[in-house]
Amino acid sequence: MANKRLASFKGIPLLLTIVWIAGFSAALFFLEKSVLAFIGVLFSIIGIYYTNTSKTIKLILGALVLLVIIPGIAGDNRYYMEVASQVGIYVAMALGLNIVVGFAGLLDLGYVAFFAAGAYAYAIFATSQANEFIPGNLFPLSGEWFWPFLIVGLVVAAIFGILLGLPVLRVKGDYLAIVTLGFGEIIRIIFNNLDKPINITNGPQGLTPIASPELFGIKMNTPFYFYFIVLLVIAFIVLANIRFEHSRLGRAWIAIREDELAAQSMGISLLKTKLTAFAIGASFAGVVGVIFAAKQTFVDPTSFTLMESIGILVMVILGGSGSIPGVVLGAAFITVLQVQLLKEFSNFLHSLQSAGIINLPNQLDPSKFQRFVFGILLILVALYRPNGLIPAKRKKNDIDAIKNSPHANEKLGILARLTGK
Amino acid sequence: MKKRTPLSLLSVALVASVSLAGCAGTKDSGGAAGGSSQPSGNTQQGSASGGATDGGKILIATQTPLSGNQSSLGDAIKTGAEYALNLRKEEFKKLGFDLQLFPQDDQADPKIGVANAEMLISNPDVLGVVGHLNSGVAIPSSVKYEEGKLVMVSPANTAVKLTEEGKKTVHRICARDDAQGPKAAIYAKNSLGVKTAFLIHDKTAYGQGLADQVKAQFEKDGVQVLGYEGITQGEKDYSAVLNQAVAKSPDIIFFGGLYPEGGILVKQAREKGYKGYFMGGDGLDSSDMIKIAGDAVDGVVFTSVAGDVTQTEEGKKWAEEYKKATNKPLETYSVYGYDSMNVILNGVLEAIKANGGKKPTREQVLEAVHKTKDFQGQFTKVTFDDKGDNISADVFIYKYEKGKDRSTFVGKAE
Amino acid sequence: MLLSILPQVLVDGLTLGFMYAVVALGYTMVYGILEFINFAHGEIFMVGAFVGTEVLLIADAMGSLKGMNPYIALVLMLVIGMLVTGALGVGIERIAYRPLRNAPRLVPLISAIGVSFLLQDLVRFTEAVARNEFYLNSPILFNNSINLGFASIPQKALIVIVIAIIMMVALTLFVNKTKWGIAMRAVAQDQTTASLMTINVDKVIMLTFLIGSSLGGATGVLFAQNYGTIDPYIGFILGLKAFTAAVLGGIGNLRGAMVGGIILGLLESLAGAYMGPLTGGAFGAEYKDVFAFSILILVLLFKPEGLFGEAVKEKV
Repeated sequence: MANKRLASFKGIPLLLTIVWIAGFSAALFFLEKSVLAFIGVLFSIIGIYYTNTSKTIKLILGALVLLVIIPGIAGDNRYYMEVASQVGIYVAMALGLNIVVGFAGLLDLGYVAFFAAGAYAYAIFATSQANEFIPGNLFPLSGEWFWPFLIVGLVVAAIFGILLGLPVLRVKGDYLAIVTLGFGEIIRIIFNNLDKPINITNGPQGLTPIASPELFGIKMNTPFYFYFIVLLVIAFIVLANIRFEHSRLGRAWIAIREDELAAQSMGISLLKTKLTAFAIGASFAGVVGVIFAAKQTFVDPTSFTLMESIGILVMVILGGSGSIPGVVLGAAFITVLQVQLLKEFSNFLHSLQSAGIINLPNQLDPSKFQRFVFGILLILVALYRPNGLIPAKRKKNDIDAIKNSPHANEKLGILARLTGK
Repeated sequence: MKKRTPLSLLSVALVASVSLAGCAGTKDSGGAAGGSSQPSGNTQQGSASGGATDGGKILIATQTPLSGNQSSLGDAIKTGAEYALNLRKEEFKKLGFDLQLFPQDDQADPKIGVANAEMLISNPDVLGVVGHLNSGVAIPSSVKYEEGKLVMVSPANTAVKLTEEGKKTVHRICARDDAQGPKAAIYAKNSLGVKTAFLIHDKTAYGQGLADQVKAQFEKDGVQVLGYEGITQGEKDYSAVLNQAVAKSPDIIFFGGLYPEGGILVKQAREKGYKGYFMGGDGLDSSDMIKIAGDAVDGVVFTSVAGDVTQTEEGKKWAEEYKKATNKPLETYSVYGYDSMNVILNGVLEAIKANGGKKPTREQVLEAVHKTKDFQGQFTKVTFDDKGDNISADVFIYKYEKGKDRSTFVGKAE
Repeated sequence: MLLSILPQVLVDGLTLGFMYAVVALGYTMVYGILEFINFAHGEIFMVGAFVGTEVLLIADAMGSLKGMNPYIALVLMLVIGMLVTGALGVGIERIAYRPLRNAPRLVPLISAIGVSFLLQDLVRFTEAVARNEFYLNSPILFNNSINLGFASIPQKALIVIVIAIIMMVALTLFVNKTKWGIAMRAVAQDQTTASLMTINVDKVIMLTFLIGSSLGGATGVLFAQNYGTIDPYIGFILGLKAFTAAVLGGIGNLRGAMVGGIILGLLESLAGAYMGPLTGGAFGAEYKDVFAFSILILVLLFKPEGLFGEAVKEKV
């Protein structure tokens, strides 16, 4: 009964979405420090996705929120822009992993290795580190090199993906999970130890200061600029995701995910198809890695732990494996939860405590409970939304449409000969 | 079924809204928040009259790991800073300011640290930061503090690089690795008379940095380095490396790292029949080292950058008060946190004075803190040089002895 | 010098390896039946370590530890630790996994990661409230070591190995000889058919979690006794290694998990002790995990089903 009512749900009325956006934007404008308003605006993207209106209007609304409202109203608040760019970085990575896990069904627990490859590719050359093993005192490269390095990061990570993929992809399922996990750890440990015999990564000391991007002489070192850079990359990755999803290759990935044997017997080359998934997913992480390194101005191996890989995987599965809007939501939700929501809650309780309203012993300080809340949320989502927050849609072939199409009566191949037409 | 999504999404949003409504309310302190620009419209009429807090709110932040496996160290800093701040609340109230602690959890993660730093610099009430624990977090976060002109006083970062990049806002009250490491090595050679050494480090910026400094000094002084190995933080079984070390029977095993690993290392080394010295840096300075290592802790030597509080009667009294007020055991890091907080608070006070009793800007606080000279903290004397390093920072030698519940002060390292 | 420490290295490696092996059993049993990586198993091991140590600490505080035979104390710790972790495992299965049995394959994994985080923080929190610090140092019951001349074996390490072997033998007998064991194997083969044979699948799965978790818990107790210091984060690393061991031996295969664990322990110990000296310091002990994972990957490349796993023929 309830289902019936839900099934008739066509989407949020356009008006409501606009009111939502306008309301939260106004709130953000007038209450400068309202986290709630900022998150409201950020998540209005989801509202737009579900709005019952044409695609064009959705796109315009979305662009309006992302390109005008957020930078326009919150642009001078560095913290919001920082959160927005961090959300963006994880969205981009989750979308990359979505190709591997969501489309091709390869459980990859070492994804962060490619992220690290991209980050180190830029970090080594944008600091004086490269002088250690390349003579000539050519480094650090200036910030203008950031742009070509986006491509370098992409290529380096893709090469990593292929090199790792070649041996790894021979194993299946959970074996693949543990092997990728192993590779991820190996890469991290190697980066942590490659300060001898030749000092390439500077080991645990990390690399700093990494040059900020520059364009036409403008030094882009605030979160404001990174917000736009990340947005650009996400647009590119989303586009790539959408194009791949319905391409021959994308359908081959999905076929492999559903049934390897059947896919193989339909003439799909398993290794090649899996390898492209691995390489493409990896290359996105590589690009994001370059941005990450430039934004942080410091990289060291502690940013690339197994927990990071698990975190990205959780984003994908939480949002809905294989579903592009779902993955975006999952990544945004978890990142906001980690960097903002829990902390705000902690601060809030702490201010109550210092105002003397409640009395918490130090051990119960809420800022220590991030993992706890994270854990409960994961369990709840798994139990109540097992296909993710926005499950992947199966593309249905509309039989009626095919029947009614002008080509429906054409007889092809042997049928054409039989009927003599 | 699949159309249920929007509703649950809305409910998620709703839950988020409810849980955040309060936060929004508590933080509406107003004013454009951007980098260094301090809003001029802040309520500044109130001067030192009658203890009303109309001069505005002053937040001093701490940034340390409060969750995860380094939280006990991070918590010690936070608690120490909190204690210092609470003691001086009244003083600021008399001047008309509402002084509050603003503790942040950097989770020992550079990303979280940077995001927190962005938040701190966009909140105009925050006038100083005590932090961090990990140099890997402090370095990228300090880039942000620098942009926001927000003064940072570090109680625990010994990495040389931190103050070598010319950031004006970065200060630390503890000694650097390149002071501690060589002094440790010289002490080992001259006072302990070691001729051979085996170095172990925990593959972190701190541990390896320290071990590298010690190694360089040993090599300079002609102490033979028999081995140099890294271990993985968080493990409990280090017998593999120790088998190698013990078999070479060095005069000393030097460990660059923290006490959870250090305690296990010395315990397992003694179980394997190792008889020589065991030494480490200030990372071994914790009452938990004794609990972890048990009887094996006897004779472990370590260098530290803080003098022993309980050496003096006054210090002992302070320690008692601290324990009573916070209900926590005294850790060296809590002392660092306490002193760092006082350095900042003194700077804020100076800045208030210089500003005619009004709430100072961050630049003014930064300037005042940077000028700190001959400040006598509870343990350390603080005078900052141009880079923000404490020129009065000394290195001290301590020793653990059987049956005592804390380390024994040996003396100043020359 | 290199050879003279070999016996000691082997003894240490075996001690660690047997612990990996018993924890790996828990992974492999659950995987064999549900085809699902129980990520929280490492945390169950951790809870076992804490429960066992708490038993000892409380007994010590009441003064009843003095004069108690250490073997009786050990058995007491093991029994209580196993009971608690067994119940915990069953509870987790009931709440967090059972509703997901028909969900997409990756979803239980998410739930398991959630449980894992939850347990870590719950233990840290409880200990922080109860004892004002979140790691524990266990009183050690057995302090002697047996000196064989070429190597010295601490008594506690010997106890770890002996108890691990007892548990493995008992489990093998249980699975192969008892009615419930046969039911377990049947469910692992084919759940639907097993249920047609009047096997209560839910009960069998519950039993699997009970046994796997209590084995994990018992290992936790042994771990705490052997190394003396525990914190809420020990489960993650050890769980990871144990899972690697299970895959190395062929996941789903009991014998494989045992052998895999022992091999992994030995490999780590050997790599840690010899890699530095053999490569002249270029690659030190810090590469021991790289070494262990590389061996795993190599094995899987040539025998993708693990050392003892059976190659599954795919049905079309």
